[in-house]
Parts: sequence; structure tokens; C-alpha cells
Amino acid sequence: MPLASSPTTVPVVVDEAKCIAEKGCTVCVDVCPLDVLRISEETGKAYMKYDECWYCMPCETDCPTGAVSVNIPYLLR
Amino acid sequence: MDEIKDGLAEVACDVLVIGGGTAGPMAAYKAKVRNPKSRVILLEKANVRRSGAISMGMDGLNNAVIPGYATPEQYVKEITIANDGIVDQAPVLKYARNCYGIIEELDRFGIRFQKTENGDFDVKKVHHLGAYVLPMPNGDTVKKALYRQLRREQILISNRYMATRLLTSRDGHVAGAIAVNARTAEFLVVRAKTVILCMGAAGRLGLPQSGYLYGTYENATNSGDGYAMAYHAGAKLANLECYQINPLIKDYNGPACAYVAGPFGAYTTNAEGSRFIECDYWSGQMMQEFYNELQSGKGPVFLKLDHLHDETVTEIETILHKVERPSRGRFHEGRGTNYREKMVEMHISEIGFCSGHSASGVFVDDLARTTVPGLYAAGDMANVPHNYMLGAFTNGAVAGEDAADVASGIDLPEFDMAEVEAERERVLAPTRREDGVPPNQLEYKTRRLVNDYLQPPKVTAKMRLGQLRLEEVRDDLDTNMMVRDAHELMRSLEAASILDCADMAAAASLYREESRWGLYHNRVDFPDKNDADWFCHTLLSKKDGRMVAEKRAIEPYLVQIEEHERSAYDRQRILKQA
Ligand code: SF4
Ligand code: SF4
Repeated sequence: MPLASSPTTVPVVVDEAKCIAEKGCTVCVDVCPLDVLRISEETGKAYMKYDECWYCMPCETDCPTGAVSVNIPYLLR
Repeated sequence: MDEIKDGLAEVACDVLVIGGGTAGPMAAYKAKVRNPKSRVILLEKANVRRSGAISMGMDGLNNAVIPGYATPEQYVKEITIANDGIVDQAPVLKYARNCYGIIEELDRFGIRFQKTENGDFDVKKVHHLGAYVLPMPNGDTVKKALYRQLRREQILISNRYMATRLLTSRDGHVAGAIAVNARTAEFLVVRAKTVILCMGAAGRLGLPQSGYLYGTYENATNSGDGYAMAYHAGAKLANLECYQINPLIKDYNGPACAYVAGPFGAYTTNAEGSRFIECDYWSGQMMQEFYNELQSGKGPVFLKLDHLHDETVTEIETILHKVERPSRGRFHEGRGTNYREKMVEMHISEIGFCSGHSASGVFVDDLARTTVPGLYAAGDMANVPHNYMLGAFTNGAVAGEDAADVASGIDLPEFDMAEVEAERERVLAPTRREDGVPPNQLEYKTRRLVNDYLQPPKVTAKMRLGQLRLEEVRDDLDTNMMVRDAHELMRSLEAASILDCADMAAAASLYREESRWGLYHNRVDFPDKNDADWFCHTLLSKKDGRMVAEKRAIEPYLVQIEEHERSAYDRQRILKQA
């Protein structure tokens, strides 16, 4: 069976102006229990790659520059 | 990151701890302190700094047995009654005796416990009989404090490695574990003399009402991998039909929570604003009343705080919006729910296995030993009933010390490399397919079937149908699952654990032909409790590749329960005034 690509909104937003991933920071990627954050090869900034978030907030709490905001996933809101 | 690489490394240690949430770090720490010469490895699927149920800390202890407030015997009695008598008391008594020492130890780690103005512990009453709830003012720092101790003791931490199967020697002794890297798919064989499983609840079993796979009550990383691994290694699992089901904030699916807000005067009500349960302590009997109210014309159910003083609500908010599930505040904001003005709509959670809250777990004795030699289990996945966070710490400590002692007296057990090769084949098979069903769809279907067929009220014919449907999913999982990167590979392994747990939930629920533990095992075709035939544990295990069930007698009680005390938790519903 072929795969489709269905769109989905993700609850975590990274403020690219504040994210300092290009300086080597990977804190949010490191701490996320569900391992759903990555540093984008295109922008060099952190972003949510997989829609598998437990809205638990270590990413936001531990980010050194306050770049991460965790929202409640749309289906739960 | 995430591309699938080919790799296989081997390391060896004395004690291997799998799972770095709550019980795991304590087990690793205690093993190392007990025998500083030993090599202790802590393996974690996520990152020990922020993994497990207490990733963001905890608001307090739910079951602290503190001299002057409660006695170990009283606590054992409480848990025996709350768990409908199906308890081997020795592990519970050991917990009750040891947990105060662990509180003092956590205090030394820098975790504070609330004191009154006189300097006494500020213990609150939430349970039916005794007082055991103790707030932790800096509970958000628990993981940090644990992590410091692990670093100090030089525990070897391997983050982002997901254990997939245990290795056993020819004579059946545990010999280590096979793990796969969650970001590269490289394999790691960890040889060990003893292994402690601290892999949390099976929290991704039922599907939350929201339909969001990760909107679970438990940390969604807790996909029941420990239950599945223990099962495949031949360990016995106890009373899995005693599901975990909790009263939660609807849709948000986190606790509201009676243990925090209750002592301040909040309580559970129906839509009319009237109380209907006597005691907010989470028991199956309480959940049954909760369920009945939801089904009745008086539902839905709410947590009522709008009668409390503004300052009190602010105090509750500071706790609820800072630890455990801190995004609660955002959820309420989004819906315009202010605790001062509106009651909070509550619902019941999806089903899961968890001994932290109920009694479904890998069978262990009072040394945290499973039925497989050299294999231990602690925390939510080990069947010491209602053991919560402090139980995870305390029983983790027990496991760590005994595992270190046993390891110091034996050689590294041999294992069969063919087992490793077979496991690699099993794990990687979905990566070799060009076409097929992705893990998220298999997981969704499994969990939807769990809701449709296995959640209570449990009906025999439905559960049997559920088994047939789950067999079809297994067929797809074995022959048709497709995985494209290392991250998805982790999800595919989780999907397999979830399916194993679903099969176990069905088998255990069908085996116990009575109703017990209120809603947890409400079997419609066997509506009564039947002590004559079923006052026993039920154990599931794998024999010759098949799932078998058996009864096991309850060990004679160490603390006697009087006839009139037995039904304390049966009387949950508030009786109408005549
Ligand atoms: S922790 Fe913050 S600064 Fe660091 S990579 Fe993540 S978003 Fe960027
Ligand atoms: S909220 Fe939790 S699961 Fe979601 S991205 Fe942040 S750390 Fe990961």
C-alpha cells in the first residue's frame, strides 16, 4: 500500500530569532522524552519533527534562551 | 540523525538497570554505593535528565509512612483493603518500613518535604483510613537531584538506547539485554550478572478519548516495553486484569488532582455540584462510582474548587501549574477555565497496566526479585500495589542493593549469540520492506481495539472478538510493518510492546472469572466477587511460545484484617440522608 502525506499541526513552536542552535546548542533535542525535536539542516534551528508530543515541557523549561513554547496539541485543546 | 546504520557493539557490567525514570536511578545509585567496585550501567530510551513519570518533578509523596503519623502495619492494612485483599504483604510491609529512610535520603539529595510551623512533617489525609500525603515544595527539582547523585557515583549512563529483549543463559539466569539506538538503529549488547527492569507503566495501551496517541495519562514513552520484555524472558506477570484507570481532567488527561487540591478543600462532584464519593483516594471502587455517575443523568463529573478562597486557589495553582504536568494551566486558559469560577470537567482515563496506582505488574517478592533468576523489577511495572513514586524509589533501592550483592558472587553468565542475531532480524525486518503499514497505524488500531473490546465493563464475548482482531493486527505487524528511519524503528518496537500488552490484558481479564477491584475488573458476566475461587493472584507467562495463565495463592497475611474492616473501600458512595 502506498503512503500518503497528511498534514498535522505540531504543538511546539521555536522562536528562530532566539534559538542559538547554530552555536552548538541542542538542549531541547537532548531532553525531550519523546525525542520529537531536531535541528533543521535548512535553517540551523530547532523544530518539532514528529507529531508525538506529551506537552510535558522539559524543552521549554530547559532552553537557555527561552526560544521554545509548548502549546496544547490541537486535538486536546 | 535518524538514518538507519548498521552496527553492533558489546559491553559488560555487573548490574544493568533498564529505565532511568524514578526507580531506575535509585536502583543504579544503591547498587553502586553497595559495591563501589562494581560496574553499573543505566540504560534509558530517552534521557535520564528528563525521563519517566517524574520528568517535570512531582508535587508530593502520596504514600509516605512517617513515624508519628502512620505505622507500617496500618499502611499494609490500608493497601490490602484498597486492593481488595489480593496482596502479598511482605513487599508492602518492607516498603512501609524502608520508605522513611528513603525520605531522609532524598532530603540529603536536596529534595525538601513540607513541614509545619512546629517543624513536623505536614502530612495530609487523602486515603480512607490513614494520613500519608506529604507535599514537596521544590518537587520540580527531583530529577536534577537524582542526576547529581548518579554523576557523583560515576554510574555509566547510556541515553537513547531502547532495550528490546533480555538475554538469558542456558540455565535460565538473566545474562543481559539487547538494545537499539533510537537515533541510529545501531545495536548494543549489554552483558550483565543481574538486570533490574524499571521501565514504567504500560501507559500507551488504551487510546485516550481525544484520539491523540500521545495524549496519555502516563508519560507517553511508557509503552509497556518492560512488561513485554519480562514476558518474553519467561517472567511471570501478576494480576494484569487489575487495570489502571484514573480520574483525570477531561481531554488534557492529567490529574487535577485530588491529592493536591483535596487537602485544600477541593472535591469531586456531579453536574449538580453534589458530592457522590466518600473518599478521593484512587481505588477501583472509587472509579466504579465515578463511572456510574458519568453514565447517570447526573454526569458529567467535575472537580470543584470554586468555593475556595482566592488565596487558596492561587496556592493550588502554583503547585499544579509548576510540577508533574505544568501545561495544565495553559489547557485551562485555552478553555477559559478559572478554578475560582468554573468547576473542572473530569473524565476517566484510558486503561493501562501500572502498579504505581493499581496492582498490575511483573510478579516480585520482597527483594524485588522476579521469577527469572537474576532479574529484578521495580517501580510502576513491578506488582507492589499502589506504590507510587516513593514506592519506586524505595523498591528501586531494595532491588539495587540485592542485585549488587548477587552480582558480586557470580561470574558473567554466558549467552547465545544466535539469540542476538535472531533479535536483530526481528527488529530490522520492517526496515527491509519497500511497502507496508507504518507503526503509527498499527499502534492506533491496536489501541482502538483495546478501547472497543477490552476496557471495562468487560464482556466475555467482546473480549474474545477483541482477541481475534488483535491477532490480525499481529499478523500485519509481523509481515507487513514498514519502517523508514531510526525514530520510526523505535515506534515500531513500541507498537510491538503495546500489542503484547493488549494480548496480556485480554488473556488476564478472561482468566479471572469474577468481578474485583471495582471498575478495574468489572466483568459483566461474572458480576460478583468470588473469594472461594478467586482469592488469589493470577499469573501470566510464556511457556513454549504460548501465553498461559495460572493461579497463585496469596501469602498468609502478616497483618491481619478484621472482617468488618475488609469492606472499607466498598463503601464509596455517599448514602442519601434519610
Ligand atoms: S534549547 Fe533553545 S536555543 Fe537550544 S536548540 Fe533548543 S530552541 Fe534552540
Ligand atoms: S513538550 Fe515534552 S514531548 Fe513535547 S517537545 Fe517538549 S519535551 Fe518533547
